[in-house]
Amino acid sequence: MSVLAYLIPISLCLGIVGLIAFLWSLKSGQYEDLDGAAERVLFDDDDRP
Amino acid sequence: MSCCLPAAAAPGASHGASLAASGDETRLASRAIGEGLRQSEFSVPGIRCGGCIRTIEHALARIDGVVEARVNLTAKHVSVRWRETCAPPPIVETLAAIGYRAHLAESGPGRDDRALPELVRAMAVAGFASGNIMLLSVSVWSGAGADMRDLFHWISAAIALPVLVYSGRIFFRSAWGALRHGRTNMDVPISIGVLLAFGMSLYDTIDHGPHAYFDAAVMLVFFLLIGRTLDEFMREKARSAVNGLARLSPRGATAERGEGTWAYVPLEEIAPGMVLLIAAGERVPVDGRVVSGTSDLDCALVTGESAPRAVTPGAELQAGTLNLTGPLRIEATAAAEDSFLAEMVRLMQAAEAGRSAYRRIADRASRLYAPVVHSMALLSFFGWMIAAGDLHRAVTIAVAVLIITCPCALGLAVPMVQVVAARRLFEQGIMVKDGGGLERLGEIDTVVFDKTGTLTLGRPRLRDPGLADPAHLALAAALAVHSRHPHSRGLVAAHGTRSGAAPPFDRVAEHLGYGVEASAGPDLFRLGRPDWALATPGEGAAPSRHPCTVLAKNGRLLAAFTFDDPIRPGAREAVDALKRRGLAVEILSGDHTGPVEAVAHELGIACFRAGVRPGDKAARLAALAAEGRKVLMVGDGLNDAPALASAHVSMAPASAADVGRSAADFVFFRDSLTAVPLALQVSLRAGRLTRQNFALAFLYNAVALPFAVLGFVTPLVAALAMSASSILVVANATRLSLGMGARYRPATKGTRVRRQGAAALEATQ
Repeated sequence: MSVLAYLIPISLCLGIVGLIAFLWSLKSGQYEDLDGAAERVLFDDDDRP
Repeated sequence: MSCCLPAAAAPGASHGASLAASGDETRLASRAIGEGLRQSEFSVPGIRCGGCIRTIEHALARIDGVVEARVNLTAKHVSVRWRETCAPPPIVETLAAIGYRAHLAESGPGRDDRALPELVRAMAVAGFASGNIMLLSVSVWSGAGADMRDLFHWISAAIALPVLVYSGRIFFRSAWGALRHGRTNMDVPISIGVLLAFGMSLYDTIDHGPHAYFDAAVMLVFFLLIGRTLDEFMREKARSAVNGLARLSPRGATAERGEGTWAYVPLEEIAPGMVLLIAAGERVPVDGRVVSGTSDLDCALVTGESAPRAVTPGAELQAGTLNLTGPLRIEATAAAEDSFLAEMVRLMQAAEAGRSAYRRIADRASRLYAPVVHSMALLSFFGWMIAAGDLHRAVTIAVAVLIITCPCALGLAVPMVQVVAARRLFEQGIMVKDGGGLERLGEIDTVVFDKTGTLTLGRPRLRDPGLADPAHLALAAALAVHSRHPHSRGLVAAHGTRSGAAPPFDRVAEHLGYGVEASAGPDLFRLGRPDWALATPGEGAAPSRHPCTVLAKNGRLLAAFTFDDPIRPGAREAVDALKRRGLAVEILSGDHTGPVEAVAHELGIACFRAGVRPGDKAARLAALAAEGRKVLMVGDGLNDAPALASAHVSMAPASAADVGRSAADFVFFRDSLTAVPLALQVSLRAGRLTRQNFALAFLYNAVALPFAVLGFVTPLVAALAMSASSILVVANATRLSLGMGARYRPATKGTRVRRQGAAALEATQ
């Protein structure tokens, strides 16, 4: 059972990493223009936001 | 990427009433973003594909002073950052050169766009927490030992507490706000349920109890946030679509400063006595008097008059009218806050204050629901106290009653239906600004229409073009191309692509307020007012109540053209559909009796009033409301704005004046007036589904409540019951789009008119 002592913290940490990644992507405006992003992937030239 | 062909740059096409944003206006509407940069937002309705993104971004990046241009394809929007030190870059002109019509969009800090990100963040956090707590709960339910159970409960509590503070604050804040004002809303029972569930579970965890409801508390918050977020998302979409429309009131005007120098002054700084220059195509910013110049004014938005008005020096102008043909110098007679537009805003506020506050159906339901549930919980507490005498047991059961009846399904019942309904309407080009509008639309029994710009397109059209001699029509169109007068544009549109050679003119001149004159060899052609074009006036005087323009050769009448304001496509079907539903239909117009009567007769509307002033429109609606009628007002003009604000529910076309668009609950973007019955149909269906959802939620409560009162509800049962009822309600809501598989189609007759109308509407944007 001692295995839980580190498995639970690990699972929670991984969840939190995912959550933070989502919140970061939200804040950096990655959901502002979903249609545009779908088209921009086809552009050849360097297209940095 | 065929859509990226530049718009045909025909000479007639540039005659749209679009305002080229001057550099000064661009500066005024931009905002500083630091580092010596300013950012301007432009709405470009023509962006359709990836090719457009590249074309626009490359073209704009090449302009001097532009640091960055970024296209948002979803919002059909371009934001441009430029250096403050340079003059504002000619962005609108550059976009026009590559075939995109653009206009300045609001980019002030006043735009409230924080609600949606806040909700999404709260929902993400609640979703994360409910997933993790549910994992721990499942292991507890599947029989973890006492030590393990306590540990898991503690971990759950540690996750739940910050999440409830962060994600739950949206409900707590709203519930507190309602309670402080002595009202209740849906958030009050939600907050009480969540807080009690958490408090009880925490107590049990400390006390090593077997049951904890952390999962129920967090899941409840998560489910409800999904509903809220979707709701806000739809509203945001509608709001940005409406905000993306061109602003019709000017931000400022060019004022004379001293001898022959001109400066662009913001609207607030215009004082009475200032001399302003109003170019053709601009709107009059404040009330004023013409000092010099002659022109024609389009008063449709202001007074509802369909025929353009000719003005000469000395004429009084109202703010908001559109200068059509020639430049005018006017002397401001009132500051912006005393002008006609401001007067309308004041009337609107008065009308809004007089309108009885509408309580959302969810709040009305919760007013009945919360006392029943709360007294039920209290009763079961006392019942168990008397029966068993065990305080802890009694509290646990009371909390279980609250959780099982917590209005999860009720909280989702309304938003889910409205989200689905709003999406359906969005697909048909109808923006729902507020879910409450959908509820109110379902209650109406009277529809009041404005005439000019609402029942009609507000753009003169040649009557009976088939009767006109094609040669004369071609000649008239060749002359008309040189004028911005609406009759000229009507002639050009009527001529369209029809063949018919016109003689090459040696010289063409527009006489503002009169017409166009051209000479071809020895002949002199005139197109315009009969008393000017004809040597012997009265020769071609058509005994018509319709405005008339004549074509003359050397002072002799060649042809007389009469115009009318075409009925909006679908108006007939719309009015018939409304009447079939048993609604009273009425016209309130500021126009003269003649045209109003003609339109009323054509559409079969018996009840109409002409020459109604803006205040009287609002008064008429107040009178209808006093009779107990629930009125839908459909209007577009500045003069309709007070009426829109005082009506039970209101709709405006996208071509409406700014204040009207922001006052209306619905804005429809397509030309056809069938938007009105369609919206009504959807709202009625939505109302029916909402009631069904309430019935389902009530049924579920009626079944679950006895078990809870008798103490059979464990956290596992609560979680299952809650999820099941929520899924049921959501599934029922989606039936709205399934059931309406057959798309609402107006009769196909009038397709051509609709296309013309679409072009006309585009010209206004």
